[in-house]
Amino acid sequence: MSEHGERSGNERDWPLFEVFIRARTGLHHRHCGSLHAADPEMALARARDVYTRRGEGTSIWVVPSDRIHASDPADKDMLFEPAMSKIYRHPSFYDLPDDVENM
Amino acid sequence: MYTQGLNQAVEDSGPEDAELLARFQAKIDREEKIEPNDWMPEAYRQTLIRQISQHAHSEIVGMLPEGNWLTRAPSLRRKAILLAKVQDEGGHGLYLYAAAETLGISRAEMVDRLLEGRARYSSIFNYPTITWADIGAVGWLVDGAAIMNQIPLCRCSYGPYARAMIRICKEESFHQRQGYEAISRLAKGTAAQKRMAQDALDRWWWPSLMMFGPSDADSPHTGRSMRWKIKRFTNDELRQKFVDATVPQARLIGLEPPDPELRYDEESGHWHFGEIDWTEFNEVLAGNGPCNRERMAARRKAHADGAWVREAATAHARKKQSRMAMAAAAE
Repeated sequence: MSEHGERSGNERDWPLFEVFIRARTGLHHRHCGSLHAADPEMALARARDVYTRRGEGTSIWVVPSDRIHASDPADKDMLFEPAMSKIYRHPSFYDLPDDVENM
Repeated sequence: MYTQGLNQAVEDSGPEDAELLARFQAKIDREEKIEPNDWMPEAYRQTLIRQISQHAHSEIVGMLPEGNWLTRAPSLRRKAILLAKVQDEGGHGLYLYAAAETLGISRAEMVDRLLEGRARYSSIFNYPTITWADIGAVGWLVDGAAIMNQIPLCRCSYGPYARAMIRICKEESFHQRQGYEAISRLAKGTAAQKRMAQDALDRWWWPSLMMFGPSDADSPHTGRSMRWKIKRFTNDELRQKFVDATVPQARLIGLEPPDPELRYDEESGHWHFGEIDWTEFNEVLAGNGPCNRERMAARRKAHADGAWVREAATAHARKKQSRMAMAAAAE
């Protein structure tokens, strides 16, 4: 679920969209907020007005919030804890002779 | 802009799981953020819904006193600045409504509560902007007071609120400066302009101090909000910070806050100021300020006048959707 994914049964508001902005060419689009709009076209226009007033971006994505599936916070340990103990996945785990530079 | 939402009580909704509560508090004590799908006590959720939605309403209603001057600002430069500021306030309202929605309340419900008079917005927006100097005073004092309150909210324990506040503080940093610049210009102008600047300070000073809410002795819920790290400083601490920062700014441009008791206390390093007229504050909160009725009437009219636009956009979106469905079926 997204931040907004739990909401339902609200017929009076337009659908919610999550807004992602690319700050500069070469960077990822990053989540910056959300807004209501009647359709994706309006969502883009509103995102442009609300989230790029100060040159924050060169590209916008809008995604219907109800299309985002997210992990459950209750599963956090089960999902991510195993990665913490596998330090051999990092290069600093390995002993190398001092004479070896830049590996 | 600003909220006074923390100054009212939220009823406890009965016993909650002690272990969940302990885990929740431990998380806050470790300065970890609470996110929308995390477990939280019902009173925490309700306190935040009220505070964030009031903050959002304040941004929206706060556009009205300034909108009054959009077409009358004295130069193109000032018009462009004021327009940008008012546009920011609209955006800030949106960020905050979106943050409140993550707690499970709909936008429509929040708007209803405002328009039906069931939700509050900051007391400050019930004062009129009768001269151009008032627009300077609003930026300098009202936004100044708001920033004092909002900077600690960037570290609020609720993630979406903290993130909205970071964005707002970043964008709002020009708001106070433009106001101070505008009123400074008047203070350095002709005798009549200087009188206008001093008059604006005279009228906005006390209402700005009231923005921080009741004194600590009359804010029984401060303790819980501090424990939950929704609030980081008490009302009186923030008010004192504001006075300490603002008095030198006034004197620098030859203006004097309207308080005969104002004096610098060498020992504490703070400015001592006189007693606030809490009767006035309570009257404004109760709906009897100079502009309460006018503000709400303007909001209701704007909402009603915009109904056809909302309906048309909905109909247009439906039409496009059904055309796309028909085209897809025909393939």
